[in-house]
Amino acid sequence: MIVHALSTRLWHWINAAAIVVLFMSGLNISNAHRYLYWGNYGFDPKDAWLSVIRFPGWATIPQRYDLAEARDWHILAAWPFALGLLFIWVAMLANRHFRRDLATSPADWTPRAFLASLRAHGAGADAAEHGYNPVQKILYGLVFGLLLPGMVLTGLAISPGFEPAAPWLVDLLGGRQSARSLHFIAAWGIFGFVVVHLVLALADWRRIGAMITGGSSRETTNG
Amino acid sequence: MVEIRRRSLLAGIAMLGAGACSKIADSDAGRSAVKTAEGWHRAAHRALAGKQGLAPEYRPEDRSPTFKGNGSITVDSDFYRAELAGGFPEWRLTVGGLVEQPLDLSLADVRALPQRTQITRHDCVEGWSAIGEWSGPQLSTLLDAAKVREEAKFILFRCADTLYGRPYYESIDMVEAYHPQTIIAHALNGEPLPEKNGAPLRARIERQLGYKHAKYLTGIEAVASLDRIGAGKGGFWEDYAGYQWYAGV
Repeated sequence: MIVHALSTRLWHWINAAAIVVLFMSGLNISNAHRYLYWGNYGFDPKDAWLSVIRFPGWATIPQRYDLAEARDWHILAAWPFALGLLFIWVAMLANRHFRRDLATSPADWTPRAFLASLRAHGAGADAAEHGYNPVQKILYGLVFGLLLPGMVLTGLAISPGFEPAAPWLVDLLGGRQSARSLHFIAAWGIFGFVVVHLVLALADWRRIGAMITGGSSRETTNG
Repeated sequence: MVEIRRRSLLAGIAMLGAGACSKIADSDAGRSAVKTAEGWHRAAHRALAGKQGLAPEYRPEDRSPTFKGNGSITVDSDFYRAELAGGFPEWRLTVGGLVEQPLDLSLADVRALPQRTQITRHDCVEGWSAIGEWSGPQLSTLLDAAKVREEAKFILFRCADTLYGRPYYESIDMVEAYHPQTIIAHALNGEPLPEKNGAPLRARIERQLGYKHAKYLTGIEAVASLDRIGAGKGGFWEDYAGYQWYAGV
């Protein structure tokens, strides 16, 4: 039996590339005005709730400060990111990946389930073999249900050309500058997820292979 | 086998960090992909919001306490300084290009036209926002009075200010030009336009970022193509720094 469906693998790598481009070009864009505000307006650093550091060239796309080119990359990569997210949600619902592996039951939210997850992980149990543990389900649920769609929605909300289509979205997010702040916070939330995800994946690099080839239960248990 | 894949994966990631992005961005294919993506955003915005979809308007108490001036904050000429001091008695706004009836208006003429007042949010490409109340005639009023010809595809704004030694200008398409909130503002928060915000006249293009809202307006021109104007990209920042012509994202 294949561990990762073709749709999951395709999306995973396209999305990974899109996220790298969006995050690094986003840091360049952040350098244009390094202050975050709540509410609808905000331009005076005195009113900022956060002064962001200037991100160094090695962390940004392009590697020098260039708002126009950074926005080109951001505008381009937004498409595979947003359409990809739509695609993977449809695929996960259609192939039952969501119901089978990611949907939680009330029992998954108990402290006992949390401890069991940690123990199972410590024992080196293979997640792909036994399905995701409750902690993994909840984290993946946060990423798929909140962080990734949150990036798309806050990104749309701060686009003045999109706003007339759904002015309620900007209101719901607390105003345009709040939406911009949330866009920034969610970006770092995804960064945090990617760091943990990479550490865990690199701990057993066969998992990276499985995300490319699809892997098989036999390979993962014997390999 | 998997080992090789992992190496090529890591090499791929490293390549991204090694400036490959700049090479892609400078290639013809890269530029055309970016242009296409920009066009998709514009098409999606207009499909979802409608060509006449309105930008949100706010209540007087929602306005920001001040309104930031950015980019050009004055015009460096003796004529401008004298005009500013005297309330712009000699300022002219022309409406020309592909029109049947060219116009040459004083500030008093502009104020005498039917007016629209709107409290809107101004979003700078840098990321900040300010909210203010703008008053002035709709651009469509001026274009109808000048009788724009069929072959006109863009409306061009000529400005008195220069940045880095080049005259500022901007352009929009006919959808944006005839949008009800696209006005030629002469007042901000009930007062004549301040110097830093584009006195005496500036464009308000409410569904796009701040650099489209040309200040210190002297002329409005209907044109069929942007190719032979400036460096051909449709605006000062588009020419000078490669900013996106569609500034709705």
